[in-house]
Amino acid sequence: MTTLHVTDTVGSARADARAQTGLTSDFMPYLPASASPYVPAGVDPATLTWAETVAPGGYTHRVIARGTHLRLDDPTGDANAHVLLFNADEPWERLNAADTVKIPWQAYLGTGHPLLSGDGRALATIVADTSGRHDALFGTSTDAANLARFGEARPEGPAPSGRALFLKAAAKHGLAARDLPPNISFFQGVRVGPDGAIEWLGSAGPGTSVTLVAELPLIVLIANVMHPADPAPGYRSGPLRVHAWRGSPTLPGSPRFDASPESRRAYLNTLDYAEARA
Amino acid sequence: MTLVATPLESAVPVGAVAAPDSVLDWSSSAVPGRIVADERVASNASWSAVVAAGNVLTIVDVGGNQSADFLVYDAHDTAHRYSAPDTLVAQGNAYLREGSVLLSNESLPLMAVVVNEIDRQDTIGGACSKESNTLRYGHHVAFQHACRENFLTEAAVHGLGARDLVSNINWFMNVPIEADGSLGIVDGMSAPGKRVALRAERDVLVIVSNCPQMNNPCNDFNPTPLRVITVEPREAAGTEEAPR
Repeated sequence: MTTLHVTDTVGSARADARAQTGLTSDFMPYLPASASPYVPAGVDPATLTWAETVAPGGYTHRVIARGTHLRLDDPTGDANAHVLLFNADEPWERLNAADTVKIPWQAYLGTGHPLLSGDGRALATIVADTSGRHDALFGTSTDAANLARFGEARPEGPAPSGRALFLKAAAKHGLAARDLPPNISFFQGVRVGPDGAIEWLGSAGPGTSVTLVAELPLIVLIANVMHPADPAPGYRSGPLRVHAWRGSPTLPGSPRFDASPESRRAYLNTLDYAEARA
Repeated sequence: MTLVATPLESAVPVGAVAAPDSVLDWSSSAVPGRIVADERVASNASWSAVVAAGNVLTIVDVGGNQSADFLVYDAHDTAHRYSAPDTLVAQGNAYLREGSVLLSNESLPLMAVVVNEIDRQDTIGGACSKESNTLRYGHHVAFQHACRENFLTEAAVHGLGARDLVSNINWFMNVPIEADGSLGIVDGMSAPGKRVALRAERDVLVIVSNCPQMNNPCNDFNPTPLRVITVEPREAAGTEEAPR
């Protein structure tokens, strides 16, 4: 489709720009969030605080309040949400992938798994998961690795690296290379064989979702890029839907709070910290 | 002024040190060469050094199954540092062995494992901390010393801090991943005198915590010393062999 632009004066240029009002695209944030065309079932649209479809190879980021529920959807089966979490009040407290697998004694992420910081607290918890194909061990891609594999790694190009997108998302919250630890990712599964060999599991198919609850106020960085261990010949990536709504963190009395001795103490530490700051 | 006589009278609850009957083997550099540095890292202590490109750092597990928690940075740009996931993805395997190349967060080589006397080495289990110990064991151990404390102390020597600590390597520590994803620190596969040797692929800053953990088998519940030897390798072995 060709659009004829008449932009020879400020007035005509302004009219031309304003003619875009109301247009939509496949990849966009929805404002207000309650206007999302993809409100998750069972969620009151009025409670939504963030609604967006992230492009394949795109990224997004947000500060969310404690108790916020953050749902990621993979409509095509080709999304891979690489995620970093930071305590929004003290961002040197951040996701610690090693503690996240070591402390629950479990390498593979699923419902109920706490996402831990290096400070003995839960930053978030996975509260729903219809995929079961995730990764906490193998991180994201780098420019050097993508250049070697695809001959291409420009962040605006067809094979962006997760690290390049994380660096941009981080910069928008005053964070930089020093602030980027190993990440976790959702919707493309990886397993480890008996001898340590990486076994590719990949996607559970289109239409799965995972929901996190924020246990502290968080800076969330998401890079929607191909998994570095994905053996696909091309650059596999699909759109990623993001919805967040107000809710409650994991509190005493919740079955999650007492799911294990380790998680109980993680939530006690988190509550202790959050209440002292409140 | 005279120095305080030992034993020092103190109520400070310091960690355990190696039992008097511990078998210690101080071993030697795993590769021949001119010795640049040769130091002993006491039980529970931290250590750091810059290793020049081409030089080889040998870490000796003097007492056996003593985890040497290890971080490595580009000495000239510390934001460019070790990345466990990039290292594992590039080699297609979750454990470190001889031939493993320790990659940075830009997928560039920092060090290469040129000698490894243990079946496999861990870089998934991370470091212990006072904070994580409260989750793993309870708040009654929060006062105990931990690797993150050592990392912060040693990082500060180089102007680094909490933002600079990332997932580390645990030389001589055993962390199996079972078929259902169960993962944990179990009894080690090392022994007194076993070694790993790392060739610097560029000038690197190495930070080591001699793990003081007393609540799991990462040091056989008996913190022992480490020996760290840096050599400038010699093609012709024997002229200046590292002494035992």
